Amino acid sequence: MPKVKAKRKSTWVDMTAMCDMAFLLLTFFMLTSNFTVKEPIQVDTPSSISEIKIPETNIMKVIVDKDGKVFFGIDGQEKRISLLEKIGEAYKINFTQKEKHEFSLVTSFGQPLEKMKAYLALTPEQRDLKENAVGIPTDSLNNQFKDWVRAARAVNREIKIAIKADQKTPYPKIKNVMNTLQDLNECRFNLITSLEEVPKNL
Amino acid sequence: MAELNTEGKGGKHKGKSKKVSTRVDLTPMVDLAFLLITFFMLTTSMLKPQTMELAMPSKDTPTDPPKLKQSLAVTVILGKDNKVFYFFGAKDEKTGADPKIETTDFGPNGIRKVLLDRNREIIVKVDELRKQNADRKISDDTLKVRINREKSVKTAPMVLIKATDDSSYKNLVDILDEMMICNIGKYAIIDITPEDLAKIKTLNL
Repeated sequence: MPKVKAKRKSTWVDMTAMCDMAFLLLTFFMLTSNFTVKEPIQVDTPSSISEIKIPETNIMKVIVDKDGKVFFGIDGQEKRISLLEKIGEAYKINFTQKEKHEFSLVTSFGQPLEKMKAYLALTPEQRDLKENAVGIPTDSLNNQFKDWVRAARAVNREIKIAIKADQKTPYPKIKNVMNTLQDLNECRFNLITSLEEVPKNL
Repeated sequence: MAELNTEGKGGKHKGKSKKVSTRVDLTPMVDLAFLLITFFMLTTSMLKPQTMELAMPSKDTPTDPPKLKQSLAVTVILGKDNKVFYFFGAKDEKTGADPKIETTDFGPNGIRKVLLDRNREIIVKVDELRKQNADRKISDDTLKVRINREKSVKTAPMVLIKATDDSSYKNLVDILDEMMICNIGKYAIIDITPEDLAKIKTLNL
């Protein structure tokens, strides 16, 4: 009787094809990705049919959350440093080299200037904490937001203003921000919205 | 590919000359690749956010509001709980009677219908231009210019948007969106007057 030997099949799977595919996808994602910018607060933007894309550079982003707290940020690390220098001059605050460097890494912030030094001393993780999202003062007596916008305009003439506000933000808060901008003669701005389908059969 | 010598497994047999397999185990590499893919998938934002461009009048040079025919004016008031109030024209100069204020909402049969009816003439023309563009009769640039010209004709309705303090940002964006949907070229966001507020109050009660 011949020996019946169960043929052992190899469990070895050729990974080459899978590896090819994985790297193909990886390349695709690496090339198409633009990283989500970390924002100090989550906002849910309203939707519109507008299809104009927002430029990536020369943009000053004003974020208004649903309680009306205002956050501010500009792009470009060197520009952020000059922005901090400008605002420091106006408020007679001297920022150290280290603080300037820290500030250049912050995409957007919501801190009154008095607390800016303390804020910059925190670690990036601590800055993301909820209690550190206090907002820039915008009331008429202490309108630091206005000074930030003015300084940003002085740093970069080409800068455009983008307002990103939450759906639930009460209108008076938005009006206040818009009025402040209008006071500075900044009359054109972009409202950041998410995409919505154009309604048919009008 | 990575599989040049497939007999490499036989290396354990006694006596045979040992052939070193050139087959490389790619599993860790695949693991790594998928890890990176996951990372990139999670950190990327594929959709770039859209923007809506808005130009507000300058405060420094207070120009007189452009004179407009009362018959062309549509006043839209954004109220509490996504309510919209609207009326046409202004106070009748002869009789002094106020125009009737209607209440509606942001639904497809709400304010949009009103504005579409009001702007029908221009919409027909704009659609015609769009069709011509789709048939390649006119270029994209011409289309833009001509749509703008159609939108700003003298007989085009002028929408005055007045937002009350009870309205939200969403309402404002929605109404600006309606301006775009309804091809309304002339609109302005203006402060609400106490008289308008008083009128709305009486409606609500």
